[in-house]
Amino acid sequence: MSARPFLSGVAPFGRAPVPAAPQLAAPILSEAFGTRPLDGAAPGFVRAALPPGRILWAQDRLSRIETGAPFLPGMGREMLRLDLVRAADVLSALEDGLASPALAAVVGEIHGSPRALDFTASRRLALRAETAGIPCWLIRHAARPDASAARMRWRLTALSSAPDPDDPQAPGDPRWRAELFRARDVRPAIWEARHDRAADRLDLVAASGDRELAAPRRRAG
Amino acid sequence: MPHLAIESWQRRAAARGDPWPEEAPLALATPGPHGPVIHAANRAALAAGARLRARVTDIRAICPDLRVTDAEPAGDAALLSRLAFWARRWGPYSAPDGDDGIVLDTTGAAHLFGGEAGMLADIQTRLALAGHAARLALAPTRGAAWAMARLGPERAICSGAPLPALAPLPVAGLRLSDETLLLLRRLGLKTIGDLAAIPRLSLMRRFARMIPADNPLLRLDQALGHLAEPLDAPEPEPEFLAEARLAEPVMDPTDWLPGLIGDLCARMAAADRGCRRLCLSVFRVDGERRDIRAAMAAPSREAGHLLRLFDGKLERLDPGYGFDLIRLSAEAVEPLAQAQPGLDGSRAEALELARLVDRLTARFGAHALSRPEPQESHVPERAETPAPPLATRPAPPPRPDRPLRLLTPPEEIRVLYAIPEGPPAQFIWRRQTLRVARHAGPERIAPEWWRDRPGTRLRDYFRVEDPSGLRLWIYREGLVHDGRGGAPRWFLHGIFA
Repeated sequence: MSARPFLSGVAPFGRAPVPAAPQLAAPILSEAFGTRPLDGAAPGFVRAALPPGRILWAQDRLSRIETGAPFLPGMGREMLRLDLVRAADVLSALEDGLASPALAAVVGEIHGSPRALDFTASRRLALRAETAGIPCWLIRHAARPDASAARMRWRLTALSSAPDPDDPQAPGDPRWRAELFRARDVRPAIWEARHDRAADRLDLVAASGDRELAAPRRRAG
Repeated sequence: MPHLAIESWQRRAAARGDPWPEEAPLALATPGPHGPVIHAANRAALAAGARLRARVTDIRAICPDLRVTDAEPAGDAALLSRLAFWARRWGPYSAPDGDDGIVLDTTGAAHLFGGEAGMLADIQTRLALAGHAARLALAPTRGAAWAMARLGPERAICSGAPLPALAPLPVAGLRLSDETLLLLRRLGLKTIGDLAAIPRLSLMRRFARMIPADNPLLRLDQALGHLAEPLDAPEPEPEFLAEARLAEPVMDPTDWLPGLIGDLCARMAAADRGCRRLCLSVFRVDGERRDIRAAMAAPSREAGHLLRLFDGKLERLDPGYGFDLIRLSAEAVEPLAQAQPGLDGSRAEALELARLVDRLTARFGAHALSRPEPQESHVPERAETPAPPLATRPAPPPRPDRPLRLLTPPEEIRVLYAIPEGPPAQFIWRRQTLRVARHAGPERIAPEWWRDRPGTRLRDYFRVEDPSGLRLWIYREGLVHDGRGGAPRWFLHGIFA
């Protein structure tokens, strides 16, 4: 279920080679920024990148109202759900979760850029995640990428889905544009993330250089 | 229990080794305003002419060979309290009533002992085996039971309205003081029925200045059930507690908490016990007491874990002018054997999960934490229910036709171009126009007639995708001519990954 980076071989001529995809299940603090409302890319990407096991999923009130709550039949993961109100509560719940060996990962959702989530708070989380050896994800809805100690910061946008093998009219497996815009050991780059739902596998492939050229191919497929 | 004091004295005498013979007159005395008065007397003394609350010197004149000893009201009260807790084998709530009675709430418990008469017989038998004579009565109200137990027939059961059973009893059954009883007798009101027959307004006017506990009208209302009289059942003393008595009042218990918890945990470890609730009580100098509770998902006695449960709770404590006694008591004590860690130093995952649940619950409340569990239902809102966090049913594999996120409640969307039997070509969500490029569906989900209200409309769900890649779950509520309301409405219910 873990994310297996998939290298797409040689980069197109005249472009720098796309760096290797980072290890998504590493025990670090990562942030996933959503880009627009009603976009399930950020939670979907995080859900696909989580290692197997029990996860703690904490939400503040605004993200629950604006973007909905995790739905078990669609998530298909063993979760402990925390429905909180303030962003500060989410942060302290994540710290508590990182202290427990019973969890495989902790995920927090925070709407906007609250004052509680400053550099110090993110640094606390990052250090705790590295000490505990548990990946910690922060999903940021409608937020600015302020200063943060997160080791990887992603910006995620939904792309048109893969074609459904049975029904050409139906939406198929999700695809996202995953932009790693800040990272510690990996070079920032843009990938196209493909989630194979049947195998529950997340593939990061090099984004097609030109969206205009890439679009008709997808439509034909 | 009319002879509780004398019975407990006789039991103590028997334990000392000089039992008092039944036929010799014996009386217990308490100090009165004009010398000692008789508090209790045995059968022989009563037969010889002793009366309760009479002066000992008067009774000695009647019955010269009366032996008088001092009563022990404190010991009797302790015995009564123990008996009240013991009486909880017949009902969940009980309390001592006065200095010789026990009131027991047996609502819904009588059928376990063979009906009401069977239960009363069982209670009387077991009390007699314990050496206590008792008069019992069962009534719908506490006041009526009081009157019938003391003044009514043996083992009286009043199952309907209390007034017909109470009417022939004397007014002494209303729990009034002697002065009030004398007043009522002078007014010619001898039985409760007489009192109940008087117009209410007259009684209210006559007894307006009485204190509530001595007001015949209030007592009558309590006995007849017109006025609530809840039973204040005390909790038994905690088995494990640790206390800190302070020389000076302080405002913050933080410094004493680690010591108290360590003390309590050591005591529980010595007895192989763990607790599921902790209660921290501070006794303020202004005569108030404040409690903070912390609950655990599994019994525990680990000091560090218990200490963390109080994080952030102590600030909510209102210290007033300070407090000088801190008490930490363990509630819901359960057996807890010593757990051995694994050879690699690891501990059980279930234990770690219980700890995490405790910490999160202590900080955010039990309502905030839940573990979704699948339910057998096609209606999306009912497909998952919050289950207790410690349950261990594995999660089902994800379904590709179900969204990752569910909006509660569903948000209504305005459809611009509707296609019959298909998804809308365009719709507006929060003033934002979305075009449908690809869709799948409909998936029809019918209302569950055994749970939904009549008239609930069916839903046709569509998975739609707009040209930019937003994947949404929308549904149409109802059909055009289904006779369950006007035109069908459309809702946005979920977001796919």
